[in-house]
Amino acid sequence: MTTIIKIDQIKKRFGKQQVLNHVSLSVEQGTIYSLLGANGAGKSTLLKIMTGLLPADGGDVEIEHHHLPKDLLTIQRRFSYSGQQSSIDDVLTGMENLTLVAKLRHLPQSKVVAQDLLARFSLTDAANKAAGSYSGGMARRLDLAMSLVGDPEIIFLDEPTTGLDPASRNDLWTMIRELKAKGKTIFLTTQYIEEADQLADRIGFLRDGEIIATGTPAEMKQLAGAEKLKLIFKNDADSLVAQKILETAQVTVLDPVTLVVTLSAGNHQSLAILKQLADAEVPIDNFGLVSPTLDDVFMKLTKGVTQG
Amino acid sequence: MINYLKDTLTLANRLIKHNLRSIDTIITVVAMPIAMLLMFIYILGGSMQLPGVSHREYVNYILPGILFMTLATGSAYTALRVFMDKSSGMFDRFKSMPIAKSAVLNGQVVSSVLFLMFSTIVVLLVSLLTGFRSNANLGQWLLTFVLLFGFAVMVTWLSMPLGLMAKSIDTASAFSYLLLLLLFVSSAFASVKGMPTAVRLFAEHQPMTTMITATRELLAGQEPSASFWQSLAWMIGISGLSFVWSKRIGRARQFILNESARLGVLPELLIFLCRLACLKRQDDGK
Repeated sequence: MTTIIKIDQIKKRFGKQQVLNHVSLSVEQGTIYSLLGANGAGKSTLLKIMTGLLPADGGDVEIEHHHLPKDLLTIQRRFSYSGQQSSIDDVLTGMENLTLVAKLRHLPQSKVVAQDLLARFSLTDAANKAAGSYSGGMARRLDLAMSLVGDPEIIFLDEPTTGLDPASRNDLWTMIRELKAKGKTIFLTTQYIEEADQLADRIGFLRDGEIIATGTPAEMKQLAGAEKLKLIFKNDADSLVAQKILETAQVTVLDPVTLVVTLSAGNHQSLAILKQLADAEVPIDNFGLVSPTLDDVFMKLTKGVTQG
Repeated sequence: MINYLKDTLTLANRLIKHNLRSIDTIITVVAMPIAMLLMFIYILGGSMQLPGVSHREYVNYILPGILFMTLATGSAYTALRVFMDKSSGMFDRFKSMPIAKSAVLNGQVVSSVLFLMFSTIVVLLVSLLTGFRSNANLGQWLLTFVLLFGFAVMVTWLSMPLGLMAKSIDTASAFSYLLLLLLFVSSAFASVKGMPTAVRLFAEHQPMTTMITATRELLAGQEPSASFWQSLAWMIGISGLSFVWSKRIGRARQFILNESARLGVLPELLIFLCRLACLKRQDDGK
């Protein structure tokens, strides 16, 4: 794999607030990188620096071996950017929005390009309607279509599904996956863990302007710790007996009849626990293994607490 | 350079569509000045019955003020469109594209000036129906249009930094009221002689009076006087300062990345006209 984006020690300050503090990351060609963080973590600021919309106070942005701000126009020919809001012109029609971008990219046959993209994003029927009359999902699709005018290699998306209903979100995820299948590199910011889990090849957690963890979704989940055994009892008394039996294990009480045991010695520990409870004739109503989620990672990394 | 002009015109064309599709803009920028013209002539003018002043003289007197009012009210929409593009993320989209960044603001300027000139011509045509007649020859008409064009450029550039700085739609367009106030405290609709001393002193020396006087003289068929050159100087000065102000705000608020300090098409054109005027005066001196 070839590294297509390399960010090195980026710093940015707004007044007294240090928004980005020595942020470094790299993105491989043809992959989806998801920058995950809460509101105000600095995601959009980093994205704006990477796309040349904001100057950094320090550090280096390298895209396809070109550097910002020196090679701004060369770099901007290779990518497209879609902001946090749908950056579409509400007064113009869908067709006019796309031809506008095609003309600004100096493409021949801008109308043909626009028609192709309208068809690809299922917007042909609404092509001649003002974009202001589009639903949220249609507006986001048009926004993404505008980002694809000129067939850019790299696509930057700032919180692409924020504010969308679940169906529109799924549609957009499918479109993003299709782009990756065509070899495009996608860098997206999100505050939705599920989105990062669904789409990303690699995730970076941004907190208070610093990347605090990075890796594949599977690697990230390992950060949350071992798998857990969830035990549900029929009554409080059985649960209390089980807590006494398992006093040497790491047990979290979720509610009076539900216990969660961290399997710090590995999954096989679950068999030993179940045998211990069976030998003591403590009846179990239900049980199951619980794998860590990115939510657990997020909670652990942002609050220093792992959810039970 | 060709791509730069293409980008500017493409972006200007987008905003012209905005203006033509906005009923509100058309009513405010075209219909309202026509209504004001008719009101001044047939309601206020009819009631005032100024001794020794004929209907035609009255129409000829107030027309420059109405034309400048058309341009001033129209500039509010320029500030509004700049604000809307800034807050809707359109500026970010354009600036993330491989185009000359100054084309983004210059597109706004070109569309604004074209639309303002269009609305001015419509008002001028209506004024002919109400009895306006001019003694100006072709050259004087051309110089009148230079003044109107210069004023359109000036109020457009003035509206740029205000649109960029504004935090709400209301504040974006509020400055046009200040321009209208300056118009009313000038010789646009009444002679300054009848004003209280303090107001008169202000009215006599503020740029609106100079510009109105210069336009009035040209439309009356007089040769360009000192007022004409002073008006041009005001227009170039205010446009230039507003241009620098826009760039500074753009950089301070980080709307604009470091870009070579290329002037926009219109400031460059104004500087060219200024140089031309200076050369002409030098020739006249010889």
